[in-house]
Amino acid sequence: MPVKVGIPRALLYYYYYPLWKTFFEELGAQVILSSPSTKGILTDGLKSAVDEICLPVKLAFGHVQDLIGKVDFILLPRLISIRKNEYICPKFLGLPDMVRRLAGIPPLIDVNVNRYKGNNELYQAVKEVGRLFTRNHLKIWLAYRRSLKVHRHYFRLLHLGLMPADALAVLENRVKNEPLPAPGKITVALLGHPYNIYDPFINMNIIGRLRTMGANVITAENLKQKIVRSYAARLPKKLFWTLGQHMIGAALHYLERPEINGMIHIAAFGCGPDSMTGELIERKARGAGMPFLNLTLDEHTGEAGVITRLEAFLDMVRWKMAGTVGVT
Amino acid sequence: MRLTFPHMGNMYIPLTAILQPLGVEVVVPPPSSKRTLTLGSKYGPEFACLPLKLNLGNFIEAYELGANTVVMAGGCGPCRFGYYAQIEQAILKDLGYELQFIVLEPPERHINELLRKIRDIAGRSSWWQIVQAIRFGYQKALAVDEIERSALFSRPREKVPGSTDDALKKALEMIHSAATPRELTAARERALALMGEVAVDMDRPVLKVGLVGEIYTILEPFANLYLERHLGRLGVEVERSIYLSGWVNEHLFRGLARGIGSGKKARAASYPYLRHFVGGHGQETIGGAVLYARRGYDGIIQVFPFTCMPEIVAESILPDISKDYGIHSLTLIMDENTGEAGMVTRLEAFTDLLARKKETKEAL
Repeated sequence: MPVKVGIPRALLYYYYYPLWKTFFEELGAQVILSSPSTKGILTDGLKSAVDEICLPVKLAFGHVQDLIGKVDFILLPRLISIRKNEYICPKFLGLPDMVRRLAGIPPLIDVNVNRYKGNNELYQAVKEVGRLFTRNHLKIWLAYRRSLKVHRHYFRLLHLGLMPADALAVLENRVKNEPLPAPGKITVALLGHPYNIYDPFINMNIIGRLRTMGANVITAENLKQKIVRSYAARLPKKLFWTLGQHMIGAALHYLERPEINGMIHIAAFGCGPDSMTGELIERKARGAGMPFLNLTLDEHTGEAGVITRLEAFLDMVRWKMAGTVGVT
Repeated sequence: MRLTFPHMGNMYIPLTAILQPLGVEVVVPPPSSKRTLTLGSKYGPEFACLPLKLNLGNFIEAYELGANTVVMAGGCGPCRFGYYAQIEQAILKDLGYELQFIVLEPPERHINELLRKIRDIAGRSSWWQIVQAIRFGYQKALAVDEIERSALFSRPREKVPGSTDDALKKALEMIHSAATPRELTAARERALALMGEVAVDMDRPVLKVGLVGEIYTILEPFANLYLERHLGRLGVEVERSIYLSGWVNEHLFRGLARGIGSGKKARAASYPYLRHFVGGHGQETIGGAVLYARRGYDGIIQVFPFTCMPEIVAESILPDISKDYGIHSLTLIMDENTGEAGMVTRLEAFTDLLARKKETKEAL
């Protein structure tokens, strides 16, 4: 029977799931994903995490608990840095230590992923993980190469304008032969941490709602790194959070694009980086006269309230496009 | 150039001591107050942590006193503090305050980046004078910490309530007004003597509590709502994990000066609870808690500003230490809505708990 590795459908799942999935499957392990977020999963997370921590981490706690009893290992790498001289967030640094204390947890795969010094420690981390399954170095190396290829393919799909859920469907060959829906008249840039904007449960399916209301949605992940980086470099000081860099770079880029009609920033309640990057983005958007909506998510956010705000926001965008209101 | 800086407890004493001999005009912002906080939370980002809001308030109040340049430290993450200066600058600019910022960042490529900024501040003073000024400031930081430590000892034992704080205020003023190293030596002796004169009752039973957490809320009495004072009145002797001089030694001098820099020890003790640094003082909080528990303290109090990321990680792990070592812990989170009376109630309940536990332990 193959070893079962559990991957929580949370945090940087939206970036690295295809990579890890391919890697584990190449090594003969079976990958089990936690169920899509639900009220039950969030409640489990709320019970085991401290009150002060942000919503996405609480949800991650819930996803880890969802995997208990189903798997032999849980993949929970300590993501220290995924790019030179940048960090993710202190909570990512401490996540394995916070999760380890939960009752009944299977062994964690908690390798350090640290590229802060710019070296190729990604492979070091991958090698350490691979050792759990095989002693054959060549096999690990080949699996790594293969998973990197899939990872690049996944990001190419995102750069084409797909959302992670759609890109995963393409990768896994689940796309049906249907005509694409007609594009909306409005295009809205949706900015935020990937785990906040792509999890339809915690953001009340904001992407789907915007689409049904007639708006196209584009995100920071639809942009190539080169563009994001060159715009983010305009800040007086380089931001040291990788995800913050993505948001700021994308915001500055989209503020200059005439086809973008509005901007939505999604923050999690109590998120440290969001309190700073959100402030910067809001100031820039106001300066550029771009319609801007800041949504803060927490476990109490009411669905009706979010819909009302989205409707009001899109009305504002439409009025501005029709020239009936001036600068917001 | 009229220079100002953010408040952090008694940091203004060593900072003034460094800047004044270099011929810099220093504007010390008024002590942090309700008004400072109101200004800061009005203009600062809603979910920014408390220190940013107080800093912002300090700058506005210093501007009103005529300051035109701010000097502060930077950083390279992952804690938010590293980006404070840029956010505060953007906010102040939009509000129309004309304040220049000199941000002392850890040099990325070459030490010259930092030296050039120091040169900007110091004007025409020689490097020798600058080194002397920094040494003088460090001496003052050491003296301030000595005085504070003696206040922590006498506060729970004082015979006349409030006498320690009266003496502390006078003693700090003595250190602050010393203008030369020679004057400082005399002032330090007089100040310590003054602290020694506080009448204490050595037989009174006191509880020992270790204070861990985020540096700003530990060092700034306004930010922690005078936590140490309240604990002292409740008969608790507080041992702090962080002192100004220790922090300066570790971060600016890289541990060159011999001193009480116990950060390394604390970080080592944090294993296996927290196996990696998490920014800020998260690892020191966990390690400090372990050390206090091993040394047989009665309790641990953790204090940090609302939404502080490294300390939230530590908070998640602190219950394990409580369980493993059988030591009680209390987490206090500070923001602009925290009420002093509510905090005192919690402290009273906590000290009652500790006292009862100590009694049963001693009776056995």
